[in-house]
Amino acid sequence: MEPSISIKNLALSFGALEVLKDLNLEVAQGEFLVLLGSSGCGKSTLLNCIAGLLDVTDGQIFIGGRNVTWQEPSKRGIGMVFQSYALYPQMTVAGNLSFGLKNARLPKAEIEERVNRAAKILQIEPLLKRKPAALSGGQRQRAAIGRALVRDANVFLFDEPLSNLDAKLRADLRVEIKQLHQKLSNTMIYVTHDQIEAMTLADRIAIMRGGLILQLGSPNEIYNKPVNKYVAEFIGSPSMNFFDGQIDDSSSKFSTGAQVFPLEGYGFKEGTSPKGPAWLGIRPEHMVNGAEAEAAPIRMQGKVELVEPLGSDTLARVSAEGHSLWVRLDGQVSISDGDAITIGFDPARANIFDKTTENRL
Amino acid sequence: MADTDVLPNNTSTGLETSGPRGPRPRPMLSRRNIILYGTLIVIAVYYLLPLYVMIVTSLKGMPEIRLGNIFAPPVEVTFQPWVKAWAEACTGLNCDGLSRGFWNSVRITVPSVIISIAIASVNGYALANWRFKGSEIFFTILIFGSFIPYQVMIYPIVIVLRELGVYGSLTGLVIVHTIFGMPILTLLFRNYFVSVPEELFKAARVDGAGFWGIYLRIMLPMSLPIFVVAIILQITGIWNDFLFGVVYTKPDTYPMTVQLNNIVNSVQGVKEYNVNMAATIITGLVPLIVYFLSGKLFVRGIAAGAVKG
Repeated sequence: MEPSISIKNLALSFGALEVLKDLNLEVAQGEFLVLLGSSGCGKSTLLNCIAGLLDVTDGQIFIGGRNVTWQEPSKRGIGMVFQSYALYPQMTVAGNLSFGLKNARLPKAEIEERVNRAAKILQIEPLLKRKPAALSGGQRQRAAIGRALVRDANVFLFDEPLSNLDAKLRADLRVEIKQLHQKLSNTMIYVTHDQIEAMTLADRIAIMRGGLILQLGSPNEIYNKPVNKYVAEFIGSPSMNFFDGQIDDSSSKFSTGAQVFPLEGYGFKEGTSPKGPAWLGIRPEHMVNGAEAEAAPIRMQGKVELVEPLGSDTLARVSAEGHSLWVRLDGQVSISDGDAITIGFDPARANIFDKTTENRL
Repeated sequence: MADTDVLPNNTSTGLETSGPRGPRPRPMLSRRNIILYGTLIVIAVYYLLPLYVMIVTSLKGMPEIRLGNIFAPPVEVTFQPWVKAWAEACTGLNCDGLSRGFWNSVRITVPSVIISIAIASVNGYALANWRFKGSEIFFTILIFGSFIPYQVMIYPIVIVLRELGVYGSLTGLVIVHTIFGMPILTLLFRNYFVSVPEELFKAARVDGAGFWGIYLRIMLPMSLPIFVVAIILQITGIWNDFLFGVVYTKPDTYPMTVQLNNIVNSVQGVKEYNVNMAATIITGLVPLIVYFLSGKLFVRGIAAGAVKG
C-alpha cells in the first residue's frame, strides 16, 4: 500500500544552523507515529515542515502520494493541533471550527453538518456557543482537536497537544486521542517529549536527536532493543543503569571493576562477536531482589541508600560493589535506608553498547 | 458550663481567644493615609490650578480682569469671550474666530489618523508575522526614521509637496502627518502583533486564511486596545501639531493651533485675556475629550504587551 506520508532527504537550516539533516521517513496509512525527543531535537520543526508552516531547505514531502513540498498548509489535506490550543479568542467554538471551512468556501449546510458531527464525536456540543475564554483547559484542547477534525483531513498533526494540561486531564485526553484514532483510523503524527504519551499512543516511535531520527520502531522495540545508549537512557524512568567495563575476547563475559558477569543468553547482533570496552545497561525494572536474585545469573550484594515508595512500585537506590543503581521493587516490599540487599539480573534483559560509538552490540 | 464549650481545643491549647482576629483595622486618619492623600491632594491642586484660572478668567469681562484678582471667581458670569473666541476673533484677514481652524483641524486629523493607522497596522502585521528577506533592515530604517528631528526635513518636504502640487493644501498636510506617524505607529503595531502567540497565526494558515484573511479576521478583532492607543496618540499628536501646520498650510487652511497662536500672540490692540483663555480651552478640548472617553482602553492597550506573553 502507498504510504500516507513520505519524506525524502528532507533538510532544513536557519542560516548556518542545520536543524534537520537528510531525513527520510515513511508513515503508513492509518499509522500513529510519535516523534519523541528532548527539546531542540527538531521534532516540532519536522512537524511544521510536514504542515507546510516552514519552508524546507532541501528534499521532498509527499502526502497521500501527492508532492506537497511547495503547497500551502491548507492545501495539504492536514489538520493540526497545537500545544497552546491556538483557538481564535474572538470567535465562539463553532466559529473556530468553521473558520477553515468558510475559507474553503464550503456550502453553509455542509459546514454546519461537519461542525455538528465533530462536536458530537468530541462531546463539545453544549460548548459550541461559548468563547474559548469561557472554557477549561481540557475543553479548549477538545475544541482545538475539533478544528482539525472538521477538515476531514487524512493526516492529523499534533504538536505537544497535552503539555499544557494537568496530569489527570493529560491521562484522560491521551485515552481520548487513542480512541479517536481507532475510530477515524487516519494517519496521525504526534510530537511529544513525554515518553509515557509516546509509549502508550504510538504504533511506531521515532526518537530524534540533533535533527536526526536515531531509531524508528514500535514502542516494544525501542524499549527492549534501543539502538544506542542515548535512546536507552532516554526511554524509561528512572533511567537505565550502566556498568562501564570490558567484553572479553570470547564475547562471553563482561568485566566491570572486580566483577565478571557471564553473558549467556544475551543476543549480540547476528554474526558478530564483539570485544573490548563497552557499556552494559540494565533497566531498574529488570533487576530483582531477594530469592529471585539468588537464582539470577548475575548477583550483587548491596546496601539501600534511598527509598522512593510510589505505591504501585518502590524505587530503591542501591550501592553495590562500587556502583550506584536504581532498582524497581514491588510496591509492598518493606525496606528502608541502610538495609542490606541482594540484587541480580538476567543478561538476556541487558543491553550492551560499544564504548566509543555507543551503538548497541 | 460544658455545653458552652463549643471549641474545647481552644481551652486545652491555652491560646488567648479574645486576641486579634480577622482583618487588621486600618483607621482612616493614620499617618500613612494622611501622607498619601495629602501628597495626592497637593499635586492635584498644583496641576488643576492653572486650569481653574483659565476657566475663571474666561468667564469674566475685561473690566473685572483688570482688577487683577486672578484667583477670584467671576462676579458677573459672561460667555461672551467664548462666543468671540469661537466665532468672531480675528486672525489675520479672517474674522470668523476659531471655528474655521476647528473644521480645518478636523479635516486634517480625521484622514491623517485613519490613513496612518491603516497603513501602519498592516506594516506592523507584515513585519511581525510575514518575515520577508530584508524585513529586519526595513524595520531598522523605519525605526531610525523616528530619531531624525523633524526640522531637518521641513525644507525638503516643502519641495516635494510643491512638486506634487499639494503645497499649502490640506491634502499636503495629511500626507505629511501620515508619513511622520509611520515609524512610531509601525513599531507600536509590530510589537503588539509579535506578542500574539505564533501558533494562532499558524493555525490560521492551516485553516487556509491568507495575508489579508488573517489580518482582517484574526489579528484585527484581537487588537482593539492597541488601535485605541494608536488613535489617541495620533489624534493628540496631529491635533496639537503646530510646526507642520504653520509651515505647510496657508491662512485659509490653518489648523486650530496656528489660529490660536495668531489670536493669543497678536501684538496690536488690547490683550483680551478672557478670549485667549476661552480659545485655548476650546483648542485643547478635543484631545481632552478623546482621552476621557477612552482612557481606560488606553491604559489597557499600553499594558497589554507587557502582561500577555
